[in-house]
Amino acid sequence: MPWETICKRPDDKATAVLTDYDQARAAFTWSGARADLDGLPDGGLNIAYEAIDRHVAHGRGDRIALRWLAKDGTSREFRYCDLAEHSSRFAGLLRSLGVGKGERVFSLLGRQPDLYVAALGTLKSGCVFSPLFSAFGPEPIRTRLSLGDGRVLVTSEALYRRKIEPWRNELPGLKHVLLVDGGAGPGDGVLDLRRALATASPDFACAQTAPDDMALLHFTSGTTGRPKGAVHVHEAVVAHHVTARCALDLRPGDVFWCTADPGWVTGTSYGIIAPLTIGATLLVDEAEFDAERWYGILQRERVTVWYTAPTAIRMLLKVGAEVARRYDLSSVRFMASVGEPLNPEAVVWAQETFCRPFHDNWWQTETGGIMIANYASADVKPGSMGRPIPGVEAAIVERTFDGRIHPVEEPMTVGELALRPGWPSMFRGYLGEEERYRRCFVDGWYLSGDLAMRDADGYFWFVGRADDVIKSAGHLIGPFEVESALMEHPAVAEAGVIGVPDPIAGEAVKAFVALKPGWTPSDALRKELLGHGRTRLGPAVAPKSIDFRASLPRTRSGKIMRRLLKARELGLPEGDLSTLERDER
Amino acid sequence: MTPDDVRRVVLEELSNIAPEADLALLDPAADLREALDIDSMDHLNFVTALHNRLGVAIPEVDYPRLITLDGAIAYLMADPAIAAKAGIA
Repeated sequence: MPWETICKRPDDKATAVLTDYDQARAAFTWSGARADLDGLPDGGLNIAYEAIDRHVAHGRGDRIALRWLAKDGTSREFRYCDLAEHSSRFAGLLRSLGVGKGERVFSLLGRQPDLYVAALGTLKSGCVFSPLFSAFGPEPIRTRLSLGDGRVLVTSEALYRRKIEPWRNELPGLKHVLLVDGGAGPGDGVLDLRRALATASPDFACAQTAPDDMALLHFTSGTTGRPKGAVHVHEAVVAHHVTARCALDLRPGDVFWCTADPGWVTGTSYGIIAPLTIGATLLVDEAEFDAERWYGILQRERVTVWYTAPTAIRMLLKVGAEVARRYDLSSVRFMASVGEPLNPEAVVWAQETFCRPFHDNWWQTETGGIMIANYASADVKPGSMGRPIPGVEAAIVERTFDGRIHPVEEPMTVGELALRPGWPSMFRGYLGEEERYRRCFVDGWYLSGDLAMRDADGYFWFVGRADDVIKSAGHLIGPFEVESALMEHPAVAEAGVIGVPDPIAGEAVKAFVALKPGWTPSDALRKELLGHGRTRLGPAVAPKSIDFRASLPRTRSGKIMRRLLKARELGLPEGDLSTLERDER
Repeated sequence: MTPDDVRRVVLEELSNIAPEADLALLDPAADLREALDIDSMDHLNFVTALHNRLGVAIPEVDYPRLITLDGAIAYLMADPAIAAKAGIA
């Protein structure tokens, strides 16, 4: 069924930050976008300086930078000058611990103020910030800390004792663990962070970082092999800043709520950095999703710009418009969504319920910032991710038989979504994996791994992943990481992991398991394997369901054919089976 | 059904979601998501399983009331169908 385009009114267009898409694209230059920021003397650039210190330098230090809502209903506010001071203390602490420029500082924390201070302080010190999702289990944490050669970990005592301490000595590079809630044991490289910060100096001159110095390390998942650490540099802040202006309509003084957790790239690029560079007030809720709590926050905090995700929107949709109408949401000027394609029903539901649509946009860990978006001033086609932001060239491409790349001009033809390299927040490497990085670029294009189409008006439409990566609740999950953890169980001979459709999360992780001789499938064993997965991987990555098979389909080279498992699970055509060596039983 | 019956069903469904957890140690007033390390999707599956098993209608807006063990038992016991069965028992 074709969905009607949601047309914007003339005053939507006139009052938007980006008033005219075509004009903005024609006039845009990245050097112009860079000029909106202050920069450091001698051509340096530092994300934390642009996010915090420059506001203080311009006399805006008294504005509210961060309003934090605790689970228990209390709240705390931090002005820009407060964050400047706290982040300086954190940066000073890193220096006094001897943590050098470019070394990695990891966080494993819920959404609490220490996380924001650690992120900004790390960047200010010239170290590299790498956030981990607090719902990761020990295995994903260890893999990422090890691949990223983490020197420092900022976490809580409970998370440390449960998920890290048992194998801490296997990572000799991890010199310092900073616990936000005390509990430091003497001499074992564990520090009470708050006590240490209290004695650190509140004055710290921002590190003289260059635009192409490494700033952020975000892990993402591929089909095969270990997670990939996408390297981002300080220059990325240029894209964070300008994309928040044009794609999120964000301006100084806005109350901005990005519901993403900083453990993922959205929660860092737009949940910490971008709104602060603009001078908005960043709203952070410590609690997990709860429909009425969320509506209450939107109403009470007078949120003006709201950036959330399809999984949450679908849950709000299930709760129903009735509940939404009990709240005064008139302060909300702009609503956007990211993480996975937003289904047209949800866009239209929002238009009917809130009198404004969600604006879907598209980007990835590798792109560092929003690349394709729906705009405040532009008509919305429900189900489309919109058009490329000014400064970014996107295309639908196909690979030709000789390995070249050929842009597809015919509208609504499926191909791979590709971008022309050159935007400042583009990833500059997968840490320690040069070859894997190089393979992302062919013939002058960055290949996203997403399949999409472009219509005659230049709007892009998501089709699916080109590989086996699973997208659940907006997060990429690598099947290999899940399979490896299952294989560690003594009963498991083979494991194949796929994403199956889920009405709320988009996809849910499902595992197929073949047992070693001597083991018999049973409900008790299924539960044991589910528990094993949850203990190793944490709830965000572990399989939600497990099926037993006598054996799994494999190619001649021995790879499990996840594609075939998925096709059979979903009753889809099985496709090309010429590489199938041994079928499942 | 008695409160003990309902409690047993709730614990069984929790053990399906988080089989590795020692439910004997579960604080009945704790947020299940934190106590058992379950995410929003797990909680949704838990509520759906209770609905399927007990036939109790649980509108989405009430989900937060089933966020603790005690909360879930109280919510289910307040359902007329469950309460009626308790009367028969």
